[in-house]
Amino acid sequence: MIFFILKRLMQIVPVILGVTLVVFLIMQMVPGDSAVILAGEGASKETVEELREDLGLNRPLYEQYFSYIGNIFQGDLGYSLKNNQPVLEEILIRLPITMELAFFSILITVVLGLIAGIISAVKPYSFSDIGVMLVALLGISLPSFWLGLLLMYVFSIKLQWLPVAGWDSMAHIVLPAITLGAGGAAIVARMTRSSMLEVVGQDYIRTARAKGLKEHVIIYKHALRNALIPVITVVGLQFGSLLGGTVLVESVFAINGLGRMIVDAIRTRDIPMVQGGVLVASLVFVFVNLLVDTLYRVFNKRIDLN
Amino acid sequence: MTVNTSIVETADLMLARRQVRREKRKSFYSSIGQNKAAVVGGIIILLYISMTLLAPVLAPYDPYSINLNEKLQSPSFAHWMGTDDKGRDILSRILYGSRLSLGVGFSSVFFGAFFGILLGLIAGYYGKWVDTIISRSLDVMLAFPGILLALAIISALGPSLINVTIAVGVFSIPLFARIVRGSTMEVKQLEYIDAIRTLGANDFIIIFRHIFPNILSPIIVQGSMRLATAILSAAGLSFLGLGAQPPSPEWGAMLSSGRDFIFSAPYMAIFPGIMISILVLGFNLFGDGLRDALDPRMKK
Repeated sequence: MIFFILKRLMQIVPVILGVTLVVFLIMQMVPGDSAVILAGEGASKETVEELREDLGLNRPLYEQYFSYIGNIFQGDLGYSLKNNQPVLEEILIRLPITMELAFFSILITVVLGLIAGIISAVKPYSFSDIGVMLVALLGISLPSFWLGLLLMYVFSIKLQWLPVAGWDSMAHIVLPAITLGAGGAAIVARMTRSSMLEVVGQDYIRTARAKGLKEHVIIYKHALRNALIPVITVVGLQFGSLLGGTVLVESVFAINGLGRMIVDAIRTRDIPMVQGGVLVASLVFVFVNLLVDTLYRVFNKRIDLN
Repeated sequence: MTVNTSIVETADLMLARRQVRREKRKSFYSSIGQNKAAVVGGIIILLYISMTLLAPVLAPYDPYSINLNEKLQSPSFAHWMGTDDKGRDILSRILYGSRLSLGVGFSSVFFGAFFGILLGLIAGYYGKWVDTIISRSLDVMLAFPGILLALAIISALGPSLINVTIAVGVFSIPLFARIVRGSTMEVKQLEYIDAIRTLGANDFIIIFRHIFPNILSPIIVQGSMRLATAILSAAGLSFLGLGAQPPSPEWGAMLSSGRDFIFSAPYMAIFPGIMISILVLGFNLFGDGLRDALDPRMKK
């Protein structure tokens, strides 16, 4: 097991380096002279030159990349152009908010998705199955930012049950988490249904029925446990689009998370902030994928870890 | 004599494959026709395409003309979907906006498919170090969550609808490339490819004339599914103010301006959202149907 995790950790090193390279190269595509952009409007020629020298912008591209990597390993992601604060400091304030939102959203994705999928699979082609699957199809098709606005209009403006925006209490978390988790829940529901139907058709379930076991024991103890294996992968994959989705949902509900920070930074052309935000979000995603992959193999004993 | 025999055998093989392809196509059309969801999806897509073509005929008003005397009017007979904060008719803007939203969706998927197919064919056909380099690069692109790669690209290129098309297209590349790579690896091992190679066909002919037509099915399914995601992503980026800029009637941008009036004029945000949702639903239904019709494992 430890050997497997170490092997996977080694495998993600090139991916991490690749991610840093892509982020670095994309930022090189920014039109104009980086030193002038970083120095800000109205900076003197001397200041621009000094900055170019300080940041090593006059050095060859590969040298700049190695120095960028070196800085990352020392926790230096540069300074914001807006307020001159260290980028990492700002990210460390914003990241926990985004992770909290992602956690509650994935909870909704899993709980709602599993319940809906089981309801559908227990009585396939019944009204409840068709109804649940139609809702799931709608869930996949609704833009999250629109669903957020609708929920806000109904529950915050009309019914006044929940706060409109912000991130101060549990009540603030409900609408953004539902908005972000709904699409994933729909995908998990469809996956659970098809996976359950596949398992239910297998011989050992027929044997369990022949033994006279009660239906709920067959469903929850025998079918669901095996049907969950592919569902775990889907949940893991959902985390990526969920992290991307935080960008939109945080903007709708005015939540000061990492996603909103990136969007604001793009608007103000705060390049180091965009670079840092995208890098950290991608690294989180890579590590979550590693975690999901490990869990998947732990649950699925048929896969040989070696 | 031997050469003649092998030419005849190859011709037979190719004729047989053509026959199989024809039969497959027939069965595909009948499967699609029998799949109610796919038919509904197809009808939705056709309706939207008609809307983009007939926008100038159907739109009751000029989508850009500002009339502050008529601003923020609720839906009525004069303005079926109401008017926005500048007095522009929302229905007319939605009709014209369909050109932008569908245009961005199709263009970005075409962009992603073009480069993805090319990379996938090269990686799958040549294998070895070529495959390793391409596959590892694709892994890196897939390591970016959701639309974050698109955000990074827009931050460099600047906000505009064309840059959104490029950005959304770029993050579709690895998805197409992976599927094409796998299918190419399968097809290149088939007997008829060996036969064609023996006859002296070069790599270009083998890849584009003999492998590519045989791996179209998964590409079409992926394309249909990606269209739904591309339209959603592009609308999302415009909603954030990073895509279409005012006064463009792109649906995401319309939703974004509707957000500021959610208290007083919710219809400003409701109608563009409905239009995006139905279109995405159409592509999802059609994509599901296509997959069922083209995937032999899904056939009963």
